[in-house]
Amino acid sequence: MKLTLKIWRQKDAKSTGKFVIYSLDGISPNCSFLEMLDILNEDLIRKNDDPVVFDHDCREGICGMCSLYINGRPHGPDDAVTVCQLHMRKFKDGDTIVIEPWRAKPFPVIKDLMVDRTAFDKIIQEGGYVSVNTGGAAEANNILVGKENSELAMDAAACIGCGACVAACKNASAMLFVSAKVSQFALLPQGQIEAKQRVKKMVKMMDELGFGNCTNTYACEVECPKQISRSNIARMNREFMCAKMV
Amino acid sequence: MNSSFLRFSSITKKIWMAFLGLFLMIFLVVHLGINLCLLRDDGGAWFNAAAHFMGTNYIVKVFEIGLFAGFIIHIVLGIILQVQNWMARPVRYLVSNKTTTPFLSKYMIYTGCIVLVFLIIHFMNFYFIKLGWVSNVNISADGEPEFYIIAKELFANPMYSILYIVLFIVLGFHLNQAFQAAWQTLGVNHPQYNVCIQRFGTFYAIVVPLGFIIIPFYFLLIH
Amino acid sequence: MAELNSKIPKGPLTSKWTYYKDHQNLVNPSNKRKLDVVIVGTGLAGAAAAASLGEMGFNVKIFCYQDSPRRAHSIAAQGGINAAKNYPNDGDSVYRLFYDTIKGGDYRAREANVYRLAEVSNSIIDQCVAQGVPFAREYGGSLENRSFGGAQVSRTFFARGQTGQQLLLGSYSALSRQVKLGTVKLFERHEMMDVVLVDGKARGIIARDMITGKLERHFGHAVVLATGGYGNVFYLSTNAMGSNGSAIWQIFKKGAFFANPCFTQIHPTCIPVHGDYQSKLTLMSESLRNDGRIWVPKRKEDAEAHRQGKLKANDIAEENRDYFLERRYPAFGNLVPRDVASRAAKERCDAGFGVGSTGLAVFLDFRESIGRLGKNVIEERYGNLFQMYEKIVDENPYINPMMIYPAVHYTMGGTWVDYELQTTVTGLFAAGEANFSDHGANRLGASALMQGLADGYFVLPYSIQNYLSGEIRIPRMSTDKAEFAEAEKAVQTRLEKLMSIKGTKSVDIFHKELGKIMWEYVGMARNEAGLKKAIELIRALRVEFWKDVKIPGSLYEVNTELEKASRVADFLELGELMAYDALNRNESCGGHFREEYQTEEGECKRNDEDYKYVAAWEYKGDGEFAMHKEPLVYEEIEVKQRVYK
Repeated sequence: MKLTLKIWRQKDAKSTGKFVIYSLDGISPNCSFLEMLDILNEDLIRKNDDPVVFDHDCREGICGMCSLYINGRPHGPDDAVTVCQLHMRKFKDGDTIVIEPWRAKPFPVIKDLMVDRTAFDKIIQEGGYVSVNTGGAAEANNILVGKENSELAMDAAACIGCGACVAACKNASAMLFVSAKVSQFALLPQGQIEAKQRVKKMVKMMDELGFGNCTNTYACEVECPKQISRSNIARMNREFMCAKMV
Repeated sequence: MNSSFLRFSSITKKIWMAFLGLFLMIFLVVHLGINLCLLRDDGGAWFNAAAHFMGTNYIVKVFEIGLFAGFIIHIVLGIILQVQNWMARPVRYLVSNKTTTPFLSKYMIYTGCIVLVFLIIHFMNFYFIKLGWVSNVNISADGEPEFYIIAKELFANPMYSILYIVLFIVLGFHLNQAFQAAWQTLGVNHPQYNVCIQRFGTFYAIVVPLGFIIIPFYFLLIH
Repeated sequence: MAELNSKIPKGPLTSKWTYYKDHQNLVNPSNKRKLDVVIVGTGLAGAAAAASLGEMGFNVKIFCYQDSPRRAHSIAAQGGINAAKNYPNDGDSVYRLFYDTIKGGDYRAREANVYRLAEVSNSIIDQCVAQGVPFAREYGGSLENRSFGGAQVSRTFFARGQTGQQLLLGSYSALSRQVKLGTVKLFERHEMMDVVLVDGKARGIIARDMITGKLERHFGHAVVLATGGYGNVFYLSTNAMGSNGSAIWQIFKKGAFFANPCFTQIHPTCIPVHGDYQSKLTLMSESLRNDGRIWVPKRKEDAEAHRQGKLKANDIAEENRDYFLERRYPAFGNLVPRDVASRAAKERCDAGFGVGSTGLAVFLDFRESIGRLGKNVIEERYGNLFQMYEKIVDENPYINPMMIYPAVHYTMGGTWVDYELQTTVTGLFAAGEANFSDHGANRLGASALMQGLADGYFVLPYSIQNYLSGEIRIPRMSTDKAEFAEAEKAVQTRLEKLMSIKGTKSVDIFHKELGKIMWEYVGMARNEAGLKKAIELIRALRVEFWKDVKIPGSLYEVNTELEKASRVADFLELGELMAYDALNRNESCGGHFREEYQTEEGECKRNDEDYKYVAAWEYKGDGEFAMHKEPLVYEEIEVKQRVYK
């Protein structure tokens, strides 16, 4: 395959970046998208150019590190995958591919396509946990959880924290991410005790960090590589209302 | 008022948006009911009577305050949310988002703004008269404005009628997205009822604007 | 060097850990505040230890090279976590879990450590459930179990195919809570470059801020490494791209012994290699072997036809299929331990029965179980794995059987630690995959998560106190101290040297080359001549690397090539040690298979007489290693030939 790549290059957080065009030939359709970038980088190094910096780690779709906005879609044109699981067979020979970093105020660019997502950690630190110390836990089967709720909790807990929801949302809203964590605990008995405090604190931090508001376009749900449902957002709204009113 | 709204959390603002939106949708049905009186070929007797009742009944007047507050808060919140949303992405993407989303769901602020423009025109034509802000209009024998005649004259103007029709179509799109979005925001999302909510929203978004649209057609083509 | 002291507490096996806890020294709450602990790595072991120590009141600093602690590679574990709860009432017990683990490890693990692991396994489940980890449930609401390789009971707890993720998010959430409370300070995008020793004790680390490129000095009364394994020495492995052995290699050079480096686990169910550009191998969970049947064609001509694309797997008749695991190991069938399954697959492929375009693949077939249970049940159990397979291979595994091949997955070897998880450097601890202690020569499925969390939640937070109790009089040290300055200088010099080479080949070229050498000669089957050759080749490659590697950019910026170069430089030394260890171990056991030492049926031939010991290597200078033996004494278990037939 022959490809033209238009990639965002930015030296560091303070510099202004620009798009740079590269062409690449002989790419196998079975190659993953990141392996294609590896080939590009190998090529750049050979030409004494700086390789393109992008976040990636596990390359099996679970760590949530890879984060590229490809041709107008976070994680590219395939559904329910991360970039590392995207394969070049999803593109056509001769395609031009535009690769941009996640864009959101709380996700500043560090270099090229690498962004800072510590905002997500800060939200979790506000209450994305059950406050239980090591060693004090009771016998596991003393807590019974119905299969239906445990499955729903697992659906929500599958979030990999990649930030595609924010990247896809026209408002750069983090509602899907936050609601996934709130939902997981809202659905489990373990999470009930701190439920009210949790949702209030996490939403407050989300707002403070400068994420946008949800306007129900559901782009997040479409782009989520783990197909987290927007019903989690509704559940969080419900939890939030109850927490504020009662 | 504005600054305290800013201090509300994003979800609180949205909940108010949704709640007021649904409230306004109820009002719209009442309004449609009155407007449909225009279709009665009685020289505007029913319509004027309804307008009179709405203009003088004390309970309605109380509701009216709520209604205006609702409108204003809904609009102000919509604008605040939009500004915040723009601020959340200072650097835009080169390639605009290609994610498939429900039709026009990304343009609620724009459809909302168009409806707002219409609302202002509408107020100038009717409500300001009632307040006595606009003079030189048809006044009935007992000193009340003749809304039937005003409406009839306005609809006789094809430009106004077309504008009216187009704007109600836009409102239809706004409502279609708004109804299910409001329930989502209010936390109502259940696989068993989602289809119902979606269908009712679409039904409402077609039937209510259609009801309004019939009126200019009636005046333009039949009357 | 003194004799290795594993500090196993006295008393009968079943009460050693209780005895230890009852008699160890503790630190009182007001002193805990004054003590700093540096932890490197935020995987299960690191995050769990940081959270637990933070809860106790210690000051913890935790480091990870990723952008968030939640990305550590523990997240990729799919199948599950073992515990001896005996919920399915199938006769499980702590002793059985202990026994299976020792046996699975081919009698090369330390008895006391493994017993302790089995003992705390149940507490892990309790702890994780309390944290809100959404384990799979029965309809009645109780926890569900499934079976896994190397065991005849169902003792594996799981959260779909994402157990590692859910457990890691559990410990990440506990860690996050401590970060908020201020007991743990988090340093993400920081890579540990070296450990700092003051008067022979570990007192901190030198870390590189991967954004600014600046070197930082961090003091700790104790240092804990939870940096995972070194499987990436093979370049292609199931490890994350960033997983590396540099931390444990740096401490090795500072005097921490490296135990059993040659014990690597080759996982039988991975998606086969498909091209030169490939950067990583994807694992398909071992749990698939519960319902999938592994086979190759019985006739060579069928295999040949499949390789050429002329014959489809589904067109091969039942009687022409060779379910080789079921044939060779009727008692355990497709659920034999990983090393056995991997070698059996390699044996078939080497004999010319391999399928797929490269001939390096075997089938994993779900046709029978889909027929028996229905597609829905299979989808519910393995849906995400099937989806992942389809995305990568572009074939529907519900219709066509999967193709799999073994790949490097886990390293049982690692930093030598005593019963307290302390290395041979005082004050320096190693937890999780980074240490060698619990899996012997082969790890059973669903045991890595168990070990990581056991070390992190229940072992290290206790045992480290025994050490720290003696440090309460040591005030926080200034990082201006000469030892810190020297360590930083050494790191700086090394990095500058790397940058100054300005050669012609990228880091990846060297890494791939090293990987090929390792896979060829130090991989699934090893022999004396090959290992000697590997040592030579690695040495030559190392020399070339230091002459010809090309790293663009500069030191003081985000420089991913420099990061890789620094790691590969260490792998180029570590690979050699692995070959040495494999050469030294003239026997076959677990994941270590020496072709010279096999039975007539091609099974491992262990030599308990001469090799029932842990080989702990000491660094003596570039390419120079000295071996120390820790004899393995089995008091409770009768050492037997491992039979799964």
